[in-house]
Order: sequence, then structure tokens, then C-alpha cells
Amino acid sequence: MTGQISQTNPSNAGIDPQKPLLEVTALKKYFAIQRGFLKRVVGHVKAVDDVNFYINKGETLALVGESGCGKTTTGRCVMRAIDPSSGQVLYQDPTLGLVDIAQLDQKQIRAVRRSIRMIFQDPYASLNPRMTLQEIVGAPLRAMGLMHGKEIEDRVAEMLVMVGLRPEYMRRYPHAFSGGQRQRIGLARALAPSPTFVVCDEPVSALDVSVQAQILNLLKDLQEKMGLTYLFVAHDLSVVAHISDRVAVMYVGKIVELASTPELFANPRHPYTEALMSAIPLPDPRPREKRVMLAGEVANPANPPTGCYFHPRCTYCKDICKTEEPAFAEITPGHYVKCHRAAELSLIGAVSAA
Amino acid sequence: MADANTLVEIKDLHTYFYLAEGVVRAVDGVDLTIKRRQTLGVVGESGCGKSITSLSLLQLVPPPGKIEGGEILFYKPVKQNSASGTVDVVNITAMDPRGKEIRDIRGNHISMVFQEPMTAMIPVRTIGQQITEAIILHQHVSKKEAREKAIYMLSRVKMSRPERVIDDYPFQLSGGMRQRAVIAMALSCQPSLLIADEPTTALDVTTEAQILELMRTLQNDFGMAIMYITHNLGVIAEMADEVAVMYMGKVVEQTDVKTIFLDPRHPYTVGLLASIPQLNESIMHVNRSRRLQTIKGMVPDPYTRLKGCPFYPRCPQMIPGQCDQIEPGNVDVKPGHLVRCHLYGEPAAS
Repeated sequence: MTGQISQTNPSNAGIDPQKPLLEVTALKKYFAIQRGFLKRVVGHVKAVDDVNFYINKGETLALVGESGCGKTTTGRCVMRAIDPSSGQVLYQDPTLGLVDIAQLDQKQIRAVRRSIRMIFQDPYASLNPRMTLQEIVGAPLRAMGLMHGKEIEDRVAEMLVMVGLRPEYMRRYPHAFSGGQRQRIGLARALAPSPTFVVCDEPVSALDVSVQAQILNLLKDLQEKMGLTYLFVAHDLSVVAHISDRVAVMYVGKIVELASTPELFANPRHPYTEALMSAIPLPDPRPREKRVMLAGEVANPANPPTGCYFHPRCTYCKDICKTEEPAFAEITPGHYVKCHRAAELSLIGAVSAA
Repeated sequence: MADANTLVEIKDLHTYFYLAEGVVRAVDGVDLTIKRRQTLGVVGESGCGKSITSLSLLQLVPPPGKIEGGEILFYKPVKQNSASGTVDVVNITAMDPRGKEIRDIRGNHISMVFQEPMTAMIPVRTIGQQITEAIILHQHVSKKEAREKAIYMLSRVKMSRPERVIDDYPFQLSGGMRQRAVIAMALSCQPSLLIADEPTTALDVTTEAQILELMRTLQNDFGMAIMYITHNLGVIAEMADEVAVMYMGKVVEQTDVKTIFLDPRHPYTVGLLASIPQLNESIMHVNRSRRLQTIKGMVPDPYTRLKGCPFYPRCPQMIPGQCDQIEPGNVDVKPGHLVRCHLYGEPAAS
């Protein structure tokens, strides 16, 4: 099977392993708020506001945060499903070489989308009910002109086997499948053109735990087998801890903390990360240590607070936090925090440091 | 079995749906007991019948569903002189779903909070109109008194500025605030049982933590029992006193919350617990490619009815010739720990 994959796999000659596969710099996405007959712009929702991160080849970076924090918008900007307002998305395409995805024209985007693919949250909404599996999984191959006729059928069969479905299912329609199976179909479609980079937008949120475990294992297996790089957008921290190498925590359009997974969970440096971890309901009936309970609600990205966006809910807030926005600084190698008091606070992680 | 603390006793409940494709046995012989002031957690995956069990409790099963058998005994406290502690035992399954009797129970003695707070509210009526409706109906008070009560309830659910929120429409509130309003509505008549059907599933974790905390506080203050339905084992660990695990319309294991997590016996419960990513293990594991344990296969389609135990095709400890032939009964592995599985011997003759 591996032989067949490498036939269709583009050469990896274009990727410099010393540099990150994807580097996002100062990415912004503002949505205009329009009012009245003339559609005057009366303000902006800053969905993504100055986001910086990189992803190395073969690793998994998770973007976590609550609804409306901009994690999905970031994921969509990265693959140009929507156009970013400004910023740079440098990507090492295996065939095109180093490109800035934010600047590409429509034709080039199509070429890049062969190696950047996406899987979606809702397995019921993301598959066309009037297409058979063969049409669904084969669609990207056909659209990109990579294969024709019988070749497509063979590839679809191969992909279905790879994601743990039977090739005979090819002629069936999505309604015949359960949520977990549909997510496998979505995965087969995403991986059919042998991509290098996959944006996973909450791929297991809609699934039951036992099915979720199956899909998480499958994602890990496929990553190993095909050398995939994942941008994993999720809100469930237990899932994120399991699958990712590094984690970026977002709050109201900004990344507030970014670190390797063990470092972030054992040694969080941003008060929001601490609160988020403290809020996870753990499947363990024994009483927990002190919990940090957040007051209030997530700030409105159309009208964010001054200074640090988190200050109205922060238990460690000082005067400086209300007026000045903290910098996104590297406090220990590889651990970035956006907090004035990151150096002095000692916060509780989800696990005790080893 | 029933003692002074028993509030609801569900005995051998069957709720079926008659569809063109066949009969779906959504609830297929459920036995549950809810104690006063306690939280019963009902956990299971989609389609296991947990929601239909709760809807049966209020005779709210939508057609083509029908309660086909069994009893739901409700030990209804007499509201006027509740100090004396007298109760009426009523059988809910025998009531007319549109009758006066059940309407007196709904929202008054037993109320419900749903998963999606937007669908539980009428979008074109204010929060106040919706809360006072139940109060006026069940408590026979004037509009003004009802409004005061509603404001009081909103303040109890920690709504900021309740006098203003009462005239807001549901769309003006955030998800967490809406869920608070729904809880205020559900508790406005001080029910003895609150059925919470995945009330925090649509919310973010920090909001979820707030709502769970709130429900625990209110449970203490009002002394009500909660039937908490969820698929999230983490929430169960935080909320429940007793836990019932459901699979394909049956309760497969029932015991207290500590035992279910520390000493689960049914292979399905064991598999379910093993498939949750554990924070500590994921982080501390040096080999990060560690796999999660899974339950093989998937839930069979609801129209098939398996001979024997419904879990046997997926069970790692299946005993051929027994599990696929004979349906297991409830076995007492310890006092108060019921498991529906052949691994633990035969049920004692009752």
C-alpha cells in the first residue's frame, strides 16, 4: 500500500527541514460591522488580531480556546478558506516551494490546496448527501486533475481501507453511515491527494467518547504513516493534551500562551490558561485541589476591553493590566506568554510537574 | 426497595418508537431509583435511551414513540403541608399525557432543563413572561407577585441586574446567561426533581464550570433531587452521587459515583472509561504516540434486536454460547452495585 501512496505523493524535495513548514506572522482578520442602507462600516469584529506561530513538519500544533476566540478563523485564514485582512502565512509547499499563502492569487491557491487539506467538525454537514462515497472521496482528485477514471476508483478504495472502512462501501451514500464513519469518510477525502498539512477543525467534538478515541488513534496512525503535519483546532483540553506536540491558547482573537504540551499543562504561565485547565471536568470523583473559577464572560471582540483583554476576569489583575497591552514574550525557550505578570506568578497546572 | 428517601422509582420501563423501518426499542427495560436530594447521573452514548428515559418521566415522549410498559412511581410530596412529609404515590405511566394530573406535575413537581437553551425558550417572549407563566399556573398568585418571584429566581441563579434582564428577550443573552434563565424558570416552583438533560454540553468549559457550581448550590438550598443526563464522564464525576450507565436502552451498571470510576465492573463501563484521554497520562507519557484504548466496532443500528446481551459483539470478555444466547439479568456484585453481565454469575432469584 505504501508503494502506491508514494506514486502519488509529490516529491518532498521542496521542503527545507531546518525551517518551519508553516510560519504565521502578524495574522489579522477583521470582519466589518455594517449598518443601515448604505452599509456604512461602524466597527470591526477583530476575530483574529495579531497572531504569530509556526509549525514544524510532522508535528501537531493545537489551537485551543472558547467559542468566538478566533481559533477556527485562524485555521481558515491559514488555508485561505477566507482571506486574512493582513499578515503573512509562509508555507513550504512541496511543489511550489516557499510561498506566502496570504498573497497568492486564486490559481496558485488551487495548487497549494493539493498539499493543505481540511477536515471539519460536523460529519453530517460536511458530506454531500447526494454523492456516493466514490464521488465524495474522489472529488478532490478529479477537481485537481490528478487522476482519471479507474485510477480514481482504485485510489478511493485504497483511501477507504486506510481510514478503516470497506472498499465495497464506495457506492453507498453518506446517510448509511454513523457519525464516526462519516468522519472517516471526511478524512479519506482530505487525504486522497496525499497532502502534507491538514487543518483539523474540531474533528472529534461531535463524536461520542468511544468513537472519539477511535478517530484520535486513526489521526495519529495516519500522521505517522503519511508524515502529516496537523493544525488541530479544538476546545477540549484532554483531547488536545493527547494529540498535540505544542499548544497555543487563544483568547479574544489573540494567542495568550504557546508552549510544548507537557510544559503548558504542568507549568502554565497565563492566568487564562490556569482557569481553563481548572474548569475541565475530570473523570475522577475524588475531590480536587483549589479551583480557579472565572467570573464574568468572554469579552466582545467588537468592543474589547483596554489593556490586556483578559483583565476584567483576571484574579491577578494589576493597574498596568488595565491600560497597557502585554507583549507576547518568550519567557523560557519555546514558551511564549502574553501577560505582564508572567514572570512573578506561580500558577496551578492541570498536572503536577514531573 | 422503596424507603422514605425514595422520590422516583422506575420499574421495567419500555418506550418504543414505531417507525416505517421497524420498531426502535429506545428504552428497553430500565429500572432506576432516584432518592430525595440526591443526584442520579445517567451516562451513555448517543442513542442509548438516556434522553427518552427522562422524557418518559414527564410523559413527553414525542410520537411515534410510546410508553409500552413498566411503571414510573412518583412519591409526590403534598405541597401544602410539606412539613408533615406526607406523600402521594402516583404512577406516571398510567396518566394521560394530556391530562390534568400530569400537567400538575410538569414544571411544578418535576421540571426539566434542556441542552440547547435557545430551543427551551420562546424567542418572541421576554424572559419574565416565560418564567411567570409557570409561577402563575401552579401557584395561583397575582401577576405582580409572580414578577417579584421571577426577579428573585433570577437573582438566585446569579444573574446580574435581574430587574433589567426580566424584560430582555432570549436573544439578548449569551449562552451561559440563557441557561441560567432556563434554570431559574425550571426552579421557580421549587420542584422536588430537576431533570437536567445535557445542560452544559453547548457551553464553553469556563461557563460550564460556573453552571455546574450554580446547580450544586441551588440543589443544596432548595433540597431537590437532580437526574443529570450527560455523555461526559467528567461532568458525572463532579455532579453525581449515584451513576447509571446505559447501553442500547438498558441500564448495564448502576452504583455510587466513586465505585463507577474506581471499580467499574461491566465491560462497557470499563471500555468507556478507558477511551477517555487522561490528562496525566497523556502529558507524562514519554512516548507521545501512545494510543487510546477503544471499544471495538460500533453501536449496532437501533432496529436490530440482538439475542443475549446487547453488548456481546463488542465485548472483549464475551463468553461464547452464553452471552450471545441468554440475556443477562441484574447481578448484585456488592450491596448497591448492580451489573447486568454474565461475568458475575446469575442474578439471585427475587
